[in-house]
Amino acid sequence: MPRVRAKPLPWRVAHLADAREETATARTLVLQVDGWPGHLPGQHVDVRLTAEDGYSTQRSYSIASAADGETIELTVQLLPDGEVSSFLVQDYKIGDPIELRGPVGGWFVWNPDDTQRVLLIGGGSGVVPLMSMVRARRYAGSDAPFRLLYSARTPADVLYRDELSREDDITLIYTRAAPTGFVRPPARLTRLDLPLMVRPQPRIYVCGPTGFVEAVSGLLIDLGYDAMNIRTERFGPSGV
Amino acid sequence: MTDLAYTDGNSIAGPLAEMFALDITGASTVCVGCRQRSSVAELRVYAAGPGSVARCPACGGVVLRYARTPTNAVVDLRGTFSLSIPC
Repeated sequence: MPRVRAKPLPWRVAHLADAREETATARTLVLQVDGWPGHLPGQHVDVRLTAEDGYSTQRSYSIASAADGETIELTVQLLPDGEVSSFLVQDYKIGDPIELRGPVGGWFVWNPDDTQRVLLIGGGSGVVPLMSMVRARRYAGSDAPFRLLYSARTPADVLYRDELSREDDITLIYTRAAPTGFVRPPARLTRLDLPLMVRPQPRIYVCGPTGFVEAVSGLLIDLGYDAMNIRTERFGPSGV
Repeated sequence: MTDLAYTDGNSIAGPLAEMFALDITGASTVCVGCRQRSSVAELRVYAAGPGSVARCPACGGVVLRYARTPTNAVVDLRGTFSLSIPC
């Protein structure tokens, strides 16, 4: 009897075309993916590594780049004891293959045709999918007002520093150590760091470690923002 | 200590795409425990076990489970009255 099979999202082979060190512990991978169908900013890919003995493991990584043919960029933060991140940040070499599937996720996405005001709030490497949105807005020539609030541990941990410095409405806050002369003392994000709610409400995207996302979405609700306008993505308990 | 050992439904978008023709992270669920309506993306996902368990963000009840066996991908939708997919 013929079997009915679900048609799975295909695994594709990607090759590392280029790489950039973003910080001492984060690396952007520029991947060439044959047959890549394109993506919306905010989507991610699943990456699968398989060892010679057949052991296989997979992780999800947000896409950092705007749609650009068959090239995508992932920014990978090295995690303590991270078996996949340590390979991708330290050992993965130009020209080598990896397997990935995607794009996946249709909820935490921004559509470049959308004209609604947008507030982006990222904690640590949670800025990665938000960067894809910032880049897609620029490439699309969109007039949608964007504001990015980016919480980083220290100045040395800031991803995309030079590129962000050329964007208009970016606010950096530091949780552990701030640059000399920075007025705000290092501390976790509080309601004083968030813009007051005005109508019409912006579409809000919050991404980062689970504790960060829970704290920020709670503060936004306290300030009167409508949960309907808040989209969240949680990385898990990571302290990074 | 607060339990933060979870991600959310965005993290199972890839595995669920093995089962559904459409991306269902934007689909809404209705918790059979407390009737809270949540998108799949908003569910709290615990993935430390052999499969993934997605719980209601309001009451913590199990909404759906996903597991991959050597021969099958299995979704258990025990905790939602419906799965409403925008189309």
